[in-house]
Amino acid sequence: MKKKPERNTHFWQGNEACAEAAIVAGCRFFAGYPITPASEIAEYLGKKLPIAGGIAMQMEDELASIGAVVGASWAGAKSMTATSGPGFSLMQETIGYAFMTETPCVIVDVQRLGPSTGQATKCGQGDVMQARWGTHGDYSAIALSPNSVQEMFELTIKAFNLAEKYRTPVILLADEEIAHMREQVTIPSLESIEIVNRRKPKLGETAFFGLEEVPPMPTVGEGYNVAVTGSTHNEYGIRFTADPNVHKRLVERLNSKIQDHADELAEAETHSIDDCQIGIISFGCTSRAIYEAVEKAEAIGVTVGYARLKTIWPFPEKIVKKLAKTAEKIIVPEMNLKQLYYEVQRVAGGSSEIIALNKIGGGELITPEELTAKIMESVKD
Amino acid sequence: MKKVEVRIAGSGGQGVVLAGQILGRAVVYDRKNAVQTQSYGAEARGSATKSEVIISDDKIGFPMVRKCDVLIAMNQEALDKYLKDLKEDGILIADTTNIKKIPETQAKVFNIPATEYAEETFGAKIYANMLMLGAFTKITNLVSEKAMQEAIADAVTEKVIKTNEEAYKKGKALVQ
Repeated sequence: MKKKPERNTHFWQGNEACAEAAIVAGCRFFAGYPITPASEIAEYLGKKLPIAGGIAMQMEDELASIGAVVGASWAGAKSMTATSGPGFSLMQETIGYAFMTETPCVIVDVQRLGPSTGQATKCGQGDVMQARWGTHGDYSAIALSPNSVQEMFELTIKAFNLAEKYRTPVILLADEEIAHMREQVTIPSLESIEIVNRRKPKLGETAFFGLEEVPPMPTVGEGYNVAVTGSTHNEYGIRFTADPNVHKRLVERLNSKIQDHADELAEAETHSIDDCQIGIISFGCTSRAIYEAVEKAEAIGVTVGYARLKTIWPFPEKIVKKLAKTAEKIIVPEMNLKQLYYEVQRVAGGSSEIIALNKIGGGELITPEELTAKIMESVKD
Repeated sequence: MKKVEVRIAGSGGQGVVLAGQILGRAVVYDRKNAVQTQSYGAEARGSATKSEVIISDDKIGFPMVRKCDVLIAMNQEALDKYLKDLKEDGILIADTTNIKKIPETQAKVFNIPATEYAEETFGAKIYANMLMLGAFTKITNLVSEKAMQEAIADAVTEKVIKTNEEAYKKGKALVQ
């Protein structure tokens, strides 16, 4: 058999790029339940993870999947699951447990049209708020949004790195369009890819749930006595289910360890955000329309600035504020009914008029023509 | 090179999606940019299917085809549905085994009885997609021979590489 040449440029589907990236990032445990449009991630990892020395499991449902992912993480493996809206809903209770127990893991949500089973094979962006507020209680989530197959690769690795760095679940908020399209992916040399691993405790360390911003995480079975509980616990993992101070201390730290780094976590592709008439805030597949629309608008003398958000949560306030300072109006195109819109409005604080451009149903994308028309309409008013 | 938008349309089971994937892959192997998307019904076979490939030297923004430069129509239904989206100076490649009536059009038309040849030469209709890709390559000159061959070899299973390659070459030969 002729050996195929090794390539560093591939023509991959988004889901395939996500699976390949997970392996590069060090993921060695995957558990999931098949669901369109995320199933290919499980398929690829089912084939490839065992070769990399990992385990990929099809579980009986999404509840078991996220449970296994949390367990595997405590057993020392970088772990991941992949699902879509309906499965993401089912996982929310245990995602909350993962936040509370500071369990690093990656949850890929390939968005389709909801609510409920909605339009299963069609693209949507309706899980923006679910990625932030899906489970109950006060917590802060990190969610990343890719807009190309290349970024499915890059942001999957970043998701693992952030999960390990901040000891927290990270959500890769993808969508059907990006997950199913095929594009080229160029893989840099593996040595040049930054990989972050969780800090493990040194001998004698016992505060696995506090005393510092991100405490060290022991691996169960390595001799550390560690109690892992979703109930309020002190720095040593001991349950305190009534003490106001222990709860305040724990939950405030769970939030501040993310929020205090919001600026550092904020990643966006920007264009003319400090000098433009009209601004655009966009993310995911919807943002693929902005390049052509901006080019057309600029050709007739309208200056358009945009921030295409790679980080959705924590919300990149600094970047949006910068845009709001100069843009008279900011258009927020999204394939949902104004989920990011109000967030932009909150941050802009009245300094720009925020204009919605929404489209849902049938998986139809917002086209460059529709966006251009909205830009022109905004200039005229 | 300006952006070229290609739509391949037919019904499930005709290899429409695979043809798009192979084309996109070859473009990337030629170090150009390609985006391939697809849409199909829930059924495994028989429902309307389309696959789109955008080819460009530059970064590709919007991934969906609106007006296409090339339409590869595998059956009558696909032709009737998508001919209106073909640019006036576009190229239509029609599988005339399944297409009996081509409406009046400004586009340049190539008639390729791909399904018939696939069945006669290789004993299976499923190679019609490769014949159409061969015709496409010959007509448009958009991808290199080497990249196409590598893309076919990387996209299909080992034992059918040769037949697919032959079908592809046959498609090239059918273009006058």
